[in-house]
Amino acid sequence: MKQRSVAVVGAAETTRLGKIPELSVIGLHADAALNALADAGLKPANIDGVATAGESPTAIAHYLGITPTWVDGTQVGGCSFMLHVRHAAAAINEGLCKTVLITHGESGRSRVGGGSGFGARGGASLMGQFEAPFGVTSPPTMFTIPALRYMKTYGVTEEDLAMVAVIQREWAAKNPRASYREPITVDDVLNSPMIAWPFRMLMCCLVTDGGGALILTSAEHARDFPTRPVYILGTGESVETPMVSQMEDFTTSKAFRVSGKKAFDEAGIGHADVDHLMIYDAFAHLPLYGLEDLGFCKPGEAATFIRERNTAEGGRLPLNTNGGGLSYMHSGMYGMYALQESVRQMRGIAPAQITDAKIAVSHGVGGMFGASGTIIFTNEA
Amino acid sequence: MDRVLPQPTPETQHFWEGCKAGELRLQRCTLCRHSYFPPRPFCPACGSRSVEVYAASGRATLYSYVINHRPRPDMGKEPHSIAVVTLEEGPRMMTNIVGCPQTPEALQLDMPVVVSFEMFGDIALPLFMPAEG
Repeated sequence: MKQRSVAVVGAAETTRLGKIPELSVIGLHADAALNALADAGLKPANIDGVATAGESPTAIAHYLGITPTWVDGTQVGGCSFMLHVRHAAAAINEGLCKTVLITHGESGRSRVGGGSGFGARGGASLMGQFEAPFGVTSPPTMFTIPALRYMKTYGVTEEDLAMVAVIQREWAAKNPRASYREPITVDDVLNSPMIAWPFRMLMCCLVTDGGGALILTSAEHARDFPTRPVYILGTGESVETPMVSQMEDFTTSKAFRVSGKKAFDEAGIGHADVDHLMIYDAFAHLPLYGLEDLGFCKPGEAATFIRERNTAEGGRLPLNTNGGGLSYMHSGMYGMYALQESVRQMRGIAPAQITDAKIAVSHGVGGMFGASGTIIFTNEA
Repeated sequence: MDRVLPQPTPETQHFWEGCKAGELRLQRCTLCRHSYFPPRPFCPACGSRSVEVYAASGRATLYSYVINHRPRPDMGKEPHSIAVVTLEEGPRMMTNIVGCPQTPEALQLDMPVVVSFEMFGDIALPLFMPAEG
């Protein structure tokens, strides 16, 4: 920690303490947050970092109307907020964000509203009240909802969605560890069982078991290790909303755009510099949104870009070369596997290795377009 | 199996009471006039706590949807829509489109729809149906 480099400029508790039956847990977070903002003379729009425990930082940011470039949901119990202060200081010093809001709220006595940490769909959470009653179940009935608006806006067809799965299967065929390697056609995809129209089974990710781990150290120290170091060139993150129905625009992800731009700005590279790309593909529309929101394609042009084989073997932007969540594996939080493939490509050891690849972008999604993280790697010191 | 239902909180009580009274209640900021949903006691556009509840028209257009072919046990056995509509006042909300076939042909994006409250136990859910003419 750099001494005296970061200061507290706003601090407040909830308007009342004791018994507050008129506010739910997220309401207590918000009440304290609005008081701290008033104490600092700030508006929610002035905040670009959010840390919280109990609630998800995505829920807090969206509830307050904040578009962050840094969040921290570290939950280790009662001291979580001390850790948030420390992590926030590091983030501010590193330029990931400028002004951090750390919130807490608990209805310990009145028990109103319960917690709604990541993915919570309890009846009193916002998702529980305003999405669950309409029959949403798992991601295939939530993540998919924006797609039809995107398809109508840009004239994207079911065949286009199918082509995403077809080309990723081509990559998977080259990967001995991929779950599915048999070639498929657009017709195979369009004849696979209907899950949630317009999504067929082969447009949805696998459900498998697995895990992954990464070890990081300083660039200086990295030279002492037996493997080729893979350096971090740029990073980005953002969150939009825990409720897919409340996305600002169903044809584009704000979290993707904010996260991607921050990572490219930090890395100081252009799109033409990217040799290899991973876009978390829980469903076939994700690579389309990713290509456009990261700036590789103009809005509405990603389906054509894929159909013309730019992301396939021999194309100028190899994408999801492990086969992706659609064909490689997907255990539930696939971001780790996207990172693993980026690292393999940068080390030069991937089954479908891109020759002389020097810069790799790994772009992930969390929740249903709820959150996003982007990591840009290079193998050049 | 009983329908999965919301548990209103103090901040959302007015909305669910409105549904029971046949009224779709939104909130707006008295300073910046922003209308918003879901309910909360402050404006997410400017942070002001000066907000009011008002009755929306109940008119909306179909923004996007899926037709779920694997319905949750409480939703019956037939494929059904899970939709998001854009209210005339601006905010969007999730719902089901009812009163028409649950097919891509019958469910056209941008079609006008109107709210239709349906009671489930003690809760009225705001569903939407195609607007007349």
